[in-house]
Amino acid sequence: MSEPIVEVRGLVNRFGAQIVHDGLDMTVERGEVFGIVGGSGSGKSVLLRSILGLQRPQAGEVRLQGRALNQLNEAELRQIKATYGVTFQQGALFTSLTVLQNVQLPMLEHLRLSPHALDELAMLKVRLVGLPDEAAGKYPAQLSGGMIKRAALARALALDPALLMLDEPTAGLDPISAAAFDELLMDLRKQLDLTVIMITHDLDTIFRTCNRVGVIIDRKMTSDTLEGITANPHPWIQAYFHGERALRFGQDRESPSHGT
Amino acid sequence: MYLNTRRDGDTVEAELAGTWRGSDLPAIDTEIEGISLSDAGTLRITVPDELEMDLAGAWRLREWLKSAEKAGVSVEFSGNEPGQLALIDSTIEHKRTTPGSSSESEFQPVTRLGRLVLRRWNSFLVALHFLGHTTITWLRACTSWHRIRPTSITRHLYETGLTAIPIVSLIAFLITVIIAYIAAQYMREYGAEIYVVDLITISVLRELAVLLTAIIVAGRSGSAFAAEIGAMKLNEEVDALHAIGVDPHEVLVLPRVIGLVIALPLLAVVADLVGLTGGALLCHWLLDMPLVLFLERAQDSIASTTFWVGIMKAPVFALLIALTGTYRGLQVRDSSRELGRLTTTAVVQSIFLVLLADALFAVAFWLLDI
Repeated sequence: MSEPIVEVRGLVNRFGAQIVHDGLDMTVERGEVFGIVGGSGSGKSVLLRSILGLQRPQAGEVRLQGRALNQLNEAELRQIKATYGVTFQQGALFTSLTVLQNVQLPMLEHLRLSPHALDELAMLKVRLVGLPDEAAGKYPAQLSGGMIKRAALARALALDPALLMLDEPTAGLDPISAAAFDELLMDLRKQLDLTVIMITHDLDTIFRTCNRVGVIIDRKMTSDTLEGITANPHPWIQAYFHGERALRFGQDRESPSHGT
Repeated sequence: MYLNTRRDGDTVEAELAGTWRGSDLPAIDTEIEGISLSDAGTLRITVPDELEMDLAGAWRLREWLKSAEKAGVSVEFSGNEPGQLALIDSTIEHKRTTPGSSSESEFQPVTRLGRLVLRRWNSFLVALHFLGHTTITWLRACTSWHRIRPTSITRHLYETGLTAIPIVSLIAFLITVIIAYIAAQYMREYGAEIYVVDLITISVLRELAVLLTAIIVAGRSGSAFAAEIGAMKLNEEVDALHAIGVDPHEVLVLPRVIGLVIALPLLAVVADLVGLTGGALLCHWLLDMPLVLFLERAQDSIASTTFWVGIMKAPVFALLIALTGTYRGLQVRDSSRELGRLTTTAVVQSIFLVLLADALFAVAFWLLDI
């Protein structure tokens, strides 16, 4: 299949007088790990919400797997929603359900499974993201920040999606946990053949995982390969990737190599 | 078709086809059940390279192969084993611990009773602590104007008082009209229509207006207090207040309590007025009683204490409602279900407490002969 898995054309989002996106374009091909970068308030989360169909844009088009979101009916939309998994910034786990029940929820909604299959498959996902078995029976309030991120990932993987969309997956984690999470993500990507779109501010995560990066500047997106974007002369991009913070880590970092 | 099977001696050849995804599992299940492996020695699986298989499909395949092996059939793959199977195996290999089966589920009446008593005792202590804390905060707040937070109190006065006027008026009007109507029907039989006025005036002023207002406010504001503070609790806003060095009791509990203690008596006065108006109008329409006569009779029927007996209950009811609401709100922990449960508890308990207090008032007034 040659068509891009996600394609955004001429997206315009406006809240009152405030224009967030003005003709934003974005293309993500199958198998890519695409990082979305931008200053605070530049509309990264709004972009993600537009792709998810949670936010109706004023103009422009979002195509998932070649199908325009705004032309789909309820049933088709439901079908599309089963092909991607999402994690939200705060995890957004359902607080009244255990981790296992959280993972089972999308399965219950979309698949017809026997109770045995439901338990086994949900447990499989819990283990897949590296959570200990005991965590499955716990409630979100009993988990640490890192475990919440993993549990959210397990729920996102519940339906074996082709596309994962992650909003700040490593924010709030210590560098070691963040590195472990990145590693887990890359493992899963390889094994499950995933396409990943993630919003992140973590330069380490970007360099470790992404093979293409889109930067939101002036309400539009500039996207390029990781090498290309770091060479981009735009002052904001330069400051972002070559600022003091970036340089400190830069020497011993190699560009990531992917099988794609 | 998900499986193409062929029997060859004691070997069953099975070639996977179609898509093996989570949504196909029910169909795959029925096909697998239809394949008989009895007196088969070997099961040879072929997985085409282009087969679409996700983890759910791979898991189902593994389950089938395991059950085949358990039945004494040896399983082999012609060609490569799909990568998903290896992933399943390496993930499931972790030690299997069966969750549940703790001693909790067993029937242990003494343990349960003990737990219940301890829990009740604990929650009693917590409630006592809340009351004490609120009292101390109140005393401390009395020392300075700033700590009473007039802005916050004004907001709660507006939200619990002013915005409640329409619904309180409407209900006071309707209930009085209903009672007056029923009374008028019976009194007319005895030619004692004039006593309808007595009934309305005394019952509205002493009991109905304040009680109805309190119940409406418990439903409206008691739940709002619990839900608002509970959501702040879930959002760690209450912890943030603690961390900043602000006492949540001072900024969350006290302004609500004070606001409601001021608002509820005022609302009760409004309910008094509207209720009496309703009664007067009904007497006018139904019994052809001139409004002046109603006023005169009402004047005669009430004692000097009647109005105050009703109104003085209002601050007590307000205190009960506000304290219950804020107390339950602060108890919310961990989950949104708790928020719903405790909001319900807040409303039910505050209505119960209001009625209980009203009964105690009735007894007290009876003893005092008021």
